[in-house]
Amino acid sequence: MNRASMVLAALLLAAAPLLAAKAAPAAAARPAPVFSAGLQGEDTPNDEGRSITITWTKSPLDGGDATTFKGYQVLRAEQPAGQFTEAGFVIGGKTQYQDNVDEGKPYYYRLRQLAATDSSESEVIGPVRATAQWFDRSRVNVLVLTVILSFLLIWYIERAKKGEELFIRKIQGLDAIDEAVGRSTELGKPILYSFGLGEIRDIVTVASLAILRQVAVKCAQHGTELLVPNWDPLVMAAAQETVQQAYSEPGRPDLYKEGNVSFLTSDQFGYAAGVDGMMLRQKPGAVFFLGYFYAEALLMSETGHSVGAIQIAGTTAITQLPFFIASCDYTLIGEEMLAASCYLKRDPQLLGSLKGEDFVKAVLIWGFAAMAVLGTVGMLMARGGHAWLGGVFQAIQNWFVTA
Amino acid sequence: MKKEIPLAITFLTGVIIVVTFFIPHQPLGSMQQRLLIWYSIVLGFTTLLGVDSLMGSNFRKVLRRSPGWGYSLVVILGFLITMVTGLWSWIATKSLITLGSPFMFIYTWMIVPLTATMFALLAFFIASAAYRAFRARTLEATLLLVTAAIVMLGRVPIGAKIWSQLPAIQDWVMEIPQMAAKRGIFIGVAMGTIAMSLRVILGLERTYLS
Repeated sequence: MNRASMVLAALLLAAAPLLAAKAAPAAAARPAPVFSAGLQGEDTPNDEGRSITITWTKSPLDGGDATTFKGYQVLRAEQPAGQFTEAGFVIGGKTQYQDNVDEGKPYYYRLRQLAATDSSESEVIGPVRATAQWFDRSRVNVLVLTVILSFLLIWYIERAKKGEELFIRKIQGLDAIDEAVGRSTELGKPILYSFGLGEIRDIVTVASLAILRQVAVKCAQHGTELLVPNWDPLVMAAAQETVQQAYSEPGRPDLYKEGNVSFLTSDQFGYAAGVDGMMLRQKPGAVFFLGYFYAEALLMSETGHSVGAIQIAGTTAITQLPFFIASCDYTLIGEEMLAASCYLKRDPQLLGSLKGEDFVKAVLIWGFAAMAVLGTVGMLMARGGHAWLGGVFQAIQNWFVTA
Repeated sequence: MKKEIPLAITFLTGVIIVVTFFIPHQPLGSMQQRLLIWYSIVLGFTTLLGVDSLMGSNFRKVLRRSPGWGYSLVVILGFLITMVTGLWSWIATKSLITLGSPFMFIYTWMIVPLTATMFALLAFFIASAAYRAFRARTLEATLLLVTAAIVMLGRVPIGAKIWSQLPAIQDWVMEIPQMAAKRGIFIGVAMGTIAMSLRVILGLERTYLS
């Protein structure tokens, strides 16, 4: 060993503690052992380009016990060697995360498992970019059915326009409107009309406005007072306009009182209490509950029954229908409510759309029956080793499933 | 023009909503959300209309001493006291929901118990309505009574004690005939909603325009 080498060795020995001190933080900053996560990232399909879907395979440490395995931390960076920050946290057992990001920007991801004994990270993947789609392919089935339904409705409307006679079955609840108004008039009592808790954007409220118009016209003709307490101020404004116009139709605008179509409260049970109070004080001869209702339905209709009013109800709220059927004289069930304006107006074009709707329902009924047979036969054939019919059934079923 | 402009707006809005259901790309993707925000803004302003209507009709009743004017006075006082305490709480604590504020006192000790009382009344109304519906005067009412008895008993522990098969029969009633009827109504409502929407978009249904 020459002299130069000996000097170098002595220097290295002297500097050893210093080098060790420098190396210690470097070792601490070194990434934890990599765990194999099968991490994958891709643009979330059928969206507006603001999301990336990250998937991975379950860690061997993820055994379903939250005390030993908390979950996964999804880390994101805009550069592969950049600072990875937490994009989201997913509990154990899950293997997917949707990250909200900016459209078109490249992102890099890594996954950290949070186990009691191990917090290692996965390999880095990327770049992944979120892109927007112009068409939501998961809704093709809805588009096809909407086009067919619209075509059939328009076709029937056109047939009705040509003067073809269309049969519409009787709807007792709507035929009873005359009876209800007539009875109230004879008794000299007012009529109460409630939309329930429906908003103006609910199609059932729009349908109810059509019935209100008919009721208001008859009230104006007979000089009967009409009370319309409202839960929604926007519905109140529409109802005021409807009743005012309806009173003008038979030439009795003088009978219209704005205070009779009023706002009560936007509190559910406050509204029920208010309507109940009106019924108990003013004892209406007829009560109409037509719109969207929740738990207040029975509170109001039982009060109406207790004051002896003839009651006509109608709603698309399936959970409230049994209550109305039990406590009211007539109930419009679901679609009958939506058919009311066509039924009452007897306009050929409107009736045509009802016939179109009925035709589609008939097609659906036959379709359901055919699918039931197909499914049953497919299953029986699969037992005999012929799975193709079951496959056809499954394919049709899958086509109808929306994301 | 009084009808044509609203009809045109309805048509355009309806078509946009339908189209945006299938197109996620901006600016159409978030159009539905944006329209809902506009709706909320309009709704906010119409709340003032509602307050005007409520106060106006009740003031008129009090001034004219109409029958039941005392109730109207309670409504007016209740509204004013709640509003004043609400404003006071907001100015004093910068929040309406601060515990111990006068507004929270009204909410906790008046509004909540009154709401709970109304809701609790439902139990009695259910009993009276069920009594009428289940009177076995016709074949349908008898069927309803028997089915209701099976379902109610099958859902409580004593039902299984009476007959071990009751819960299974109850499950069958709820999952097969009940579900079939429910789905039938659902499909009818869905078809009716689509047809009604189409009538509104095409301008055939104009009742909402008065």
